Amino acid sequence: MTTDTRPSSAAPLPTEDEVVLEVSGLDVDIRTPKGTLRAVNDVSFTALSGRTIALLGESGCGKSMTAKAIAGLLDPVASVTGGEVNLSGTDLAALTPRQRLKFAGPELGIVFQDALTALNPVYTVGTQLGEAFRIHRGLSAKAAKAKAIELMGHVGIPQPETRVDSYPHQFSGGMRQRILIAMAVALSPRLLIADEPTTALDVTVQAQIMDLLRDLRTESHMAIVLITHDLALVAEEADTVAVMYAGNVIEKGPVAAVFSEPHHPYTKGLLDSVPVGAERGDDLTSIPGSPPELHDIPRGCVYQSRCPLASELCRTTRPALQATGEGREVACHFWKELAVA
Amino acid sequence: MPDLLDAPLLDIRGLTKNFHVASAKNGNNVLCALDRIDLHVNRGETLGLVGESGCGKSTLARTLLMLERPDAGTFRFDGIDPFSLKGKALLAWRRRVQMVFQDPFASLNARMTAGEIIAEPWMTHRDLFPTAAARAERVRELLILVGLRPSDAGKSPQEFSGGQRQRIGIARALALGPDIIVLDEPVSALDLSVQAQVLNLLNELQQRLGVAYIFISHDLSVVRHVADRVAVMYLGRIIETGTAEQVFERPRHPYTAALMSASPRLDAVEGRRQRIVLKGEMPSPLDPPSGCRFRTRCWKATEICATTAPAPTAPTGEPEHLAECHHPVQRGEDSGLLARAS
Repeated sequence: MTTDTRPSSAAPLPTEDEVVLEVSGLDVDIRTPKGTLRAVNDVSFTALSGRTIALLGESGCGKSMTAKAIAGLLDPVASVTGGEVNLSGTDLAALTPRQRLKFAGPELGIVFQDALTALNPVYTVGTQLGEAFRIHRGLSAKAAKAKAIELMGHVGIPQPETRVDSYPHQFSGGMRQRILIAMAVALSPRLLIADEPTTALDVTVQAQIMDLLRDLRTESHMAIVLITHDLALVAEEADTVAVMYAGNVIEKGPVAAVFSEPHHPYTKGLLDSVPVGAERGDDLTSIPGSPPELHDIPRGCVYQSRCPLASELCRTTRPALQATGEGREVACHFWKELAVA
Repeated sequence: MPDLLDAPLLDIRGLTKNFHVASAKNGNNVLCALDRIDLHVNRGETLGLVGESGCGKSTLARTLLMLERPDAGTFRFDGIDPFSLKGKALLAWRRRVQMVFQDPFASLNARMTAGEIIAEPWMTHRDLFPTAAARAERVRELLILVGLRPSDAGKSPQEFSGGQRQRIGIARALALGPDIIVLDEPVSALDLSVQAQVLNLLNELQQRLGVAYIFISHDLSVVRHVADRVAVMYLGRIIETGTAEQVFERPRHPYTAALMSASPRLDAVEGRRQRIVLKGEMPSPLDPPSGCRFRTRCWKATEICATTAPAPTAPTGEPEHLAECHHPVQRGEDSGLLARAS
């Protein structure tokens, strides 16, 4: 499907399982007329080269806000108020926006959900793809266009020589997503953040895009942070998973272990809600209620109002993430009881 | 389609809908959105309608609601052709088919209360609940029926969560006592934990009220859970239909097999599986391929697929499991290996 035209890269390829990104104790606050809200609370995780870590959660859980904080793309009302975002030895959170520009492209690429709004409608895709080479590599417009054609072929866009002068609206949804991925990987970044990259796409196109991401990861050993609400996509694509709820990471570990034997009642509730194997007419197990609003996050455990195991302790004390062995962590006072239940 | 079941509630044959578009591509300005669709829905059952964007699902749904007039074909609803109705008879018919929309945020008027939204259909169908007291009482009953509180009638949509809003949309669809509800992606905008609540509600309502559903969705695991029968659409045609078990357990059309294979699966962590990854994208409906419409992306396509459109066929012993393919997928066939050779 893809032709072998890897964009030439100055830096040597990293090897597998190197720490590329280390997020520790990240806090993001949003200023609103009602007061300051904590959208991301004490989030820590590590992304390794050649691996995919998934941030999994429902809408409003803070997964996209975490991604935007890492990339420095937070809205003006939101700001990082604590923690570190360490990318290849530099704390991104401590940099000014101008200093950050150097990292966008060569070190970090990002793919958004909606390719049509992420691309500029008044420039050709060739111009937009070549931008990275003009800015970071100082290439001429002509040389940058040649690079753009090479990239388009690399991500599987047919006839790149003629398509390079087309505008974003002239491509299908799947092709636009390929263009966005091409832009993100143009300078062979060490880290790729993919924020719901296939949510707007049909399943057969989703399969093509996920295959492309996996091929690119294998070639360049980049680390991928996959942000999604789709449990099955995590099962297929990720090595490790961090499950988020109401701004907090509530469970973390290798995907196979977490999904086969969840330690947090929320993770278990999510897995039980998937209609797999349930017979027609069977009642699905659902989680009662809905996630708390950001201005209404309880003291104690964030999940207490929906949790079957909640007790007095959960109402007074918020459980910290604790190691449970085999590289897993969970924020629950009663995770051992869940295994028995 | 062999008529094995007694008088289906909805029975359409050869339904065709063309749109005329201004920009002529290859000298053709007719877009065939529905091409000779045969479909039936029985009383109280759920038909799952599956397909990717642009396949004609929504045009079919709009035609069933009489929002589009078909260009050809027969349309029978409980023995009547609704397109022949006029005036009061047409108004009475419209009660019997209702719809629930995908986006519970866009489909409820933010300037009305939940009670007003649920009661709005009775502004058109005035004879159902003529007095304000009768309407208020029925709103109360409907709110309880969909798992909300009677006191919620005075709240505006913004005060509800996504799942609760979809319950209001369902109550509105039930207000006229329909025989059939078209559910267009009713849970795809909801979070997983809430999605299960709404699916359970739909199931419970069907058992209590005997209402039939046409459930349109791209999520195969959801369709598998809710549907009695399934129809798979591709480029304006139903390319495979059968009971949910037949279609999901023994898909015969390569496109159905590819769709199932492409859907991510929760059990995939046990080991990376071979997936059928289709080449390319759905061709433009303005310029559909000759012969079989799926042949341009099919790994089993041969000469005959380009020249002859396949007729629907069924395997022996399963006459209702129809697929339009010259080379149907056989049981136990390792389609994954074949497909990878792209």
